[in-house]
Amino acid sequence: MALLEIKNLYVSYGSIRALHGISFKVEEGEVVTLIGANGAGKTTTLKTISGLLRPDKGQIVYDGVDITRMGADAIVRRGLIHVPEGRRIFAPLTVRENLEMGAFTRKDKHEIEESMERVFTLFPRLKERVEQPGGTLSGGEQQMLAVGRALMAKPRLLLMDEPSMGLAPILVEEIFEIIREINEQGVTILLVEQNAHMAFSVAHRGYVMETGVIQLEGPASELAENPQVREAYLGGG
Amino acid sequence: MGVRAEGSPSVNTAFLNRKNGAWLNRLSAAFFALLGVGVIYVLGKAFVDNPSVFTQQVMNGLQLGFIYALIALGYTMIYGIVKLINFAHGDVFMVGSFTSFYAIATMNLHRWPARLWPSMSEGLVVLIGTITVILLSMLVSGILAIVMERFAYRPLRNKPRIAALITAIGVSFFLEYFGALPFVFSNNYITYPRPFEVVVYDAGTIPPAAMIGMWVLFIVSVVTYIVMLVMGKKGNAAAQAWARHPLLQFGMLFGGFLAVVLTLAGVKIEVGGKVWDLSASNVMLVIMGASIILQVGLQYIVTQTKLGKAMRAAAYDKPAARLMGINVDYVIASTFALGGGLAGAAGVLYATAFKQVHHLMGIIPGLKAFVAAVIGGIGSIPGAFVGGLIMGETEVLAAGFISTPMRDAIAFSMLIVVLLVWPQGIFGEPPGEKV
Ligand SMILES: Nc1ncnc2c1ncn2[C@@H]1O[C@H](COP(=O)(O)OP(=O)(O)OP(=O)(O)O)[C@@H](O)[C@H]1O
Ligand SMILES: [Mg+2]
Repeated sequence: MALLEIKNLYVSYGSIRALHGISFKVEEGEVVTLIGANGAGKTTTLKTISGLLRPDKGQIVYDGVDITRMGADAIVRRGLIHVPEGRRIFAPLTVRENLEMGAFTRKDKHEIEESMERVFTLFPRLKERVEQPGGTLSGGEQQMLAVGRALMAKPRLLLMDEPSMGLAPILVEEIFEIIREINEQGVTILLVEQNAHMAFSVAHRGYVMETGVIQLEGPASELAENPQVREAYLGGG
Repeated sequence: MGVRAEGSPSVNTAFLNRKNGAWLNRLSAAFFALLGVGVIYVLGKAFVDNPSVFTQQVMNGLQLGFIYALIALGYTMIYGIVKLINFAHGDVFMVGSFTSFYAIATMNLHRWPARLWPSMSEGLVVLIGTITVILLSMLVSGILAIVMERFAYRPLRNKPRIAALITAIGVSFFLEYFGALPFVFSNNYITYPRPFEVVVYDAGTIPPAAMIGMWVLFIVSVVTYIVMLVMGKKGNAAAQAWARHPLLQFGMLFGGFLAVVLTLAGVKIEVGGKVWDLSASNVMLVIMGASIILQVGLQYIVTQTKLGKAMRAAAYDKPAARLMGINVDYVIASTFALGGGLAGAAGVLYATAFKQVHHLMGIIPGLKAFVAAVIGGIGSIPGAFVGGLIMGETEVLAAGFISTPMRDAIAFSMLIVVLLVWPQGIFGEPPGEKV
């Protein structure tokens, strides 16, 4: 059974429909990427999974449980964690407090402290800035904080919305290296990306979305070779 | 209206162009600057003429200011998290006053320790009794604020903001005139039985140990604070965290204010052959002490507890807070509860100071506290504190040395004066930072 299964999902903003019946699966242990042009509905899909938006129709099954109508906080408690588009760091809170918020649903202080140490080994730069307000970090550091904050929740499935957005190429490499590392530690990842090239390099499988529907799917290596995909998302080459 | 080419000038718009507006603004700035100079002159003269009376009035202004600060905290916290100016907040304060009135007048709650343990010393009975009355009023006001949020504001949360604002005015009228019903609070001015007798302390009746203790507390906290700040600047993360710790704030505020007031009242001051005649009542000391303890307690909750951090996170970005697993509805309700609780405590202190309760008593202090919050920078907790003190001082000094009937007008015009200098309020953040 898949860890996450989306069945025929329809989502609207007011009277404007953004998703027109999409279905896909994420198996435990995989990195699955969801690519598509601006406005295709990728962010909408992730927000609906994590409970920020309510679908008109369709079903979301996570770990065998229907979470379609569940509150966002209950979903987090099940280990389904969403790293939102644009990082959404709590600017007035310190780096430490941001990380603590990531662990909001956890109780054991000792384990939380351990997770924090693990985040600091992954991102030593955050450790140097623990008492600094999150809003004073650079864009790249904020992205590290956003990922670190999500890891504080002990995720089983991580939804990542454009983690490479606005980062210098060297940092993009670094972030993808970390995504791979997180996955190797047993976390399943659903990765939304504009940078299809990098996304295919870490993902096992992928889905291509266009204006609210899924156009193509397949193993990442196959999608990367697909002429249509190359034309639209990999710069023609 | 004639058809006009795009962008062509017209007589009408020339009237409103920016140059004229700037000129008017400068005129008003000059007017208020002149007014400010006049006020400083009048106050300065009052101080030179009779420094003793002036200083006493400043101390009385502190007493009022500490009450406004407590009410202002509720406005600022609620605005911070839901961007709503809760116009019914002053009425929550009123309900707090009445709760303590009934607790004292009909239930004799302030004497409960004496009934349980008749041998308990009088001082302890008064202390525990008064704290109990304050806590009960805080509880009732806090629950009232939660109910208000749940049934009046939450259903409107995703509607245009003006809807909740107008609802707040409606809730305010409801509480005021529901309170006026004969079987509720009635529309009489009711004499308020204080939970303790008034005692006035002056030179000779304040033990030196109390003064010295406060000074020691103050100095130790300030020194620790400075050391932590310096160490923090050098990159010591633990020191940075300590510099922000509410415990140090408590030491500095509680120690500092009480040290100054106790010393002024308790030490015989003689200048140029004239002896200053200063005093501090126990009411004043209780108000200052309770207000500082509650404010620092709030700071503690907001900066050190999980709930408080979740409040700040939700105030900044609600969807992101939900992605952390924070139940935003719960956090908002808690914010109302805390704000309401502080207003309830302020209600007890206010009634204790002025010895009267009335169903409309919340309106003017509520408005002044609102102005205090705006002056301090709405959304800022230290701002509410500073704004409250400014409002209290302005009102008392204006009444004492400028014009008693004009005191509210002068107090409210502080809003314009301060906002001319700090458009966002003293501690306000520049706009455009929020998501
Ligand atoms: N809050 C909103 N209100 C109305 N329409 C919205 C809202 N958010 C998104 N949409 C619309 O829904 C569609 C899908 O948007 P979505 O943000 O999911 O796209 P996306 O694939 O994440 O794009 P991008 O790559 O630019 O982030 C778009 O047409 C967008 O205009
Ligand atoms: Mg998007």
